[in-house]
Amino acid sequence: MKPEELLYAKTHEWVAIEETDGGKTATIGISAYAVESLTDLVFIELPKQGRTVAALESFCEVESVKAVSDIYSPVAGEVTEVNTPLADALEWLSDDPYGAGWIAKVKITDDAPLAGLLDYDAYQKMCAEEA
Amino acid sequence: MRNIHDTQLLFDLSKPGRRALRLPTCDVPVQPIETLLPAGAIAEQAPALPELAEPQVVRHFTNLSTQNMSVDSHFYPLGSCTMKHNPKRNERAAGLAGLGDLHPYQPESTIQGMLALLYDLQEFLSEISGLPACSLQPAAGAHGELTALWVAAAYFRDRGEQRTKVLVPDSAHGTNPASAIMAGFETVTVKTLKSGAVDMEDFRAKLDDHIAVFMITNPNTVGIFEPAMRQIADEVHARGGLIYLDGANMNAILGVTRPGDFGADMQHYNPHKTFSGPHGGGGPGAGPICVTEKLASYLPAPIVVKRNDDNQAPVYSLDYERPKSIGRVRSFFGNTGVLVRAYCYIRTHGPDGLRRVSEQAVLNANYLLSRVKHFLPVPQGDRCMHEFVASAKQLKTERGVSAMDIAKRLLDFGVHAPTVYFPQTVPEALMCEPTETESKETLDAFAEMLFRITEEDPELLHTAPHTTAISRPDEVAAARQPTLCHCG
Repeated sequence: MKPEELLYAKTHEWVAIEETDGGKTATIGISAYAVESLTDLVFIELPKQGRTVAALESFCEVESVKAVSDIYSPVAGEVTEVNTPLADALEWLSDDPYGAGWIAKVKITDDAPLAGLLDYDAYQKMCAEEA
Repeated sequence: MRNIHDTQLLFDLSKPGRRALRLPTCDVPVQPIETLLPAGAIAEQAPALPELAEPQVVRHFTNLSTQNMSVDSHFYPLGSCTMKHNPKRNERAAGLAGLGDLHPYQPESTIQGMLALLYDLQEFLSEISGLPACSLQPAAGAHGELTALWVAAAYFRDRGEQRTKVLVPDSAHGTNPASAIMAGFETVTVKTLKSGAVDMEDFRAKLDDHIAVFMITNPNTVGIFEPAMRQIADEVHARGGLIYLDGANMNAILGVTRPGDFGADMQHYNPHKTFSGPHGGGGPGAGPICVTEKLASYLPAPIVVKRNDDNQAPVYSLDYERPKSIGRVRSFFGNTGVLVRAYCYIRTHGPDGLRRVSEQAVLNANYLLSRVKHFLPVPQGDRCMHEFVASAKQLKTERGVSAMDIAKRLLDFGVHAPTVYFPQTVPEALMCEPTETESKETLDAFAEMLFRITEEDPELLHTAPHTTAISRPDEVAAARQPTLCHCG
């Protein structure tokens, strides 16, 4: 996926929205900037398939040599698919954060939180201010 | 000078049949082990223990001990840990036979001295915190946090209130959310501003009638006294919630202000930080807690109590008659060794002396800040409490030198590194806490060392330390593929 075409949460997750039959599905990952700030990753606790998440609710955890950090779901819905092989291939997060490093897919049940997401330019601007 | 041979693993040094001593032939009848123990209790084979002579073992551990840094051998500005000097008189006192050789099952009448000491310590800690009830049982700071949250949960249960939320600022110690979860609450993170203060807008957006506890560290982890502390406490109280004060940073405010006076309902102490009990070894530690009157009845039992009968010496005893108590959180009276050291420290300084401890700790931190900020900016400003957080962000951008590089290089100069990458709200954080027990000369030398390091060749820094037995362990491999047994 091209980072320029994705949406971003202020907490550094990216979202790709896909129209599926009768609804929308979000593919979620974390941005290259987030991966770099986390430094060397050692563990990921992936979300459980089938669970429901509220927008901005923590649904995944990554541990680096520095700290444990929450990953928040930028959308509300049900986790329909999880990238389980990622747990044993954390290098995908740094090598291909917008492709092989995707974390989970969520079937969206509420469109409202989407309005709070940033486009690529706005997200880049936020990162520049933070750095 | 370094003895590389004897610091190998004991298993690698082992030779079959080597012994520290040989026992004479047994001169009493030998009973086969099968006649003494049931079959299920006997191992199929003896454990594979290393076989060594005594001088090898002594050299092994003596050489290893010199490869460690400690506050007795090196300056140790590890922020948030208050690595002050541990006065040796406290060690002697804790080792006195009347304190160190007691058995917890002795009758109370034979341990009146220890009980009197613990009673007085409860009173001192209450006085310093402004919170009238105290439990000495918790065995570490984080255990104190957990105990206090159990106390809060019992309080709300008793009142028939269903409260689920614990608010924790994003700059808090990681133990805060962990304690809240273990006590059955959900945690909600409250943002902090660039200044280090709680973001009042975010706090108010997350404050509702479900709040149980706001866990706050004050002064906070960037070394700032929370400017809206009283306001936060009032708003949490107005919603029926409680304020928990993480007491890790008490070294900044002893005798100057009291958590009970600025709105806290509960707090823990870290005697190994504030009151000079030795750090290290993972214990035995202590994390006493103090609480307000309305929470007192929920504290762990027993509590040391004092009875004054007319014209007689006071009698101290353990009070178990506490029907609302959450029960024990630790066997016996907690870890008394470190509590005795805290008692000695408090008695040595007295009320005015404790205030001077904090004043000097804050002065030292501000002096160091004023020297360091010119080459390692301090985002939270020119003034701090007992510690400050410098940032190597600019150095990282301009020269590729990270906080970790600086930390590792400091070891070559014979100084322990500051705390790095915490709090996470400051990029490339170096959290420095010099404490009150360091001289101006030490602080000057440290500032000059840091400056020299920031000028050094980045390549030299990326591969530092260059003088230690091990340079940079592979932390990722250690976490992902740990070797937990000797596979020689």
